[in-house]
Amino acid sequence: MSESTPRVSLSVESHYESIELVLVVLEDVMERLRVPEEDASALGAGVREAMANAILHGHREDAAKHVQVEFALLDGEIVVEIRDQGEGFDPEQISDPIAPENLLQLRGRGILLMKHFVDRVEFGSDASGTVVTLRKAVGVLTVGKRRNRRRRL
Amino acid sequence: MKIAMRHREGVTIIEPKGKITIGAGDIALRDTVQEALEAGADKILINMAETTTIDSSGIGELVAAYTTVTNRGGGLKLLHLPPKVHDILQITQLVQVFDVYEDEEEAVESFG
Repeated sequence: MSESTPRVSLSVESHYESIELVLVVLEDVMERLRVPEEDASALGAGVREAMANAILHGHREDAAKHVQVEFALLDGEIVVEIRDQGEGFDPEQISDPIAPENLLQLRGRGILLMKHFVDRVEFGSDASGTVVTLRKAVGVLTVGKRRNRRRRL
Repeated sequence: MKIAMRHREGVTIIEPKGKITIGAGDIALRDTVQEALEAGADKILINMAETTTIDSSGIGELVAAYTTVTNRGGGLKLLHLPPKVHDILQITQLVQVFDVYEDEEEAVESFG
């Protein structure tokens, strides 16, 4: 995301409760942008998986580390970046969770679900950590509160 | 997340209400299944009707419960999947693994 792009930036501690906090903020922003509920719900599910990966795998549940989350509206896409302070990973090394021999594995489905819920998932890793970028095209209307507000995340 | 447990015709019915997600509902589900197993349950039906959200960690707990119960010679089945939960089981191909029912009586009878 460029420095000039209007965005929401959050820095949260590596607690799983932080996921809910970020989702509440995301939900509010989606409502103000009048993003259709189905799109907002799917994006929230993708963010939930990316944040869980950052806390569990990136930070190994070290609460002293922080997850940085930024989201912005860019050319009809909601773009969410989730950055951790972990050691990075190679997504190509993740086993296919729907291969028959992996169906009963306890973990390893987060990236599969992210890719289902949003249009594009990008990974970048360097010495400072991993950044996961989620992109989802949304039918954004004019800014304002949606009617019949309902929680969905 | 709250979890209720009841029994019907020898089947232990576990009813999670709310989110089964990492760090919260997933652990509660694990503990409840463990509690049922320690009480001797070998036929477990999880009623998902009031599960509002599930993530990959929650799915992992369902798989863990299924594997544990099956390895002990028992059975674990699912009841009343909300559409979003059903979608996730389809994406993860776990619809091939779990027996899923829409009718409690039929589900209970299926354990034999």
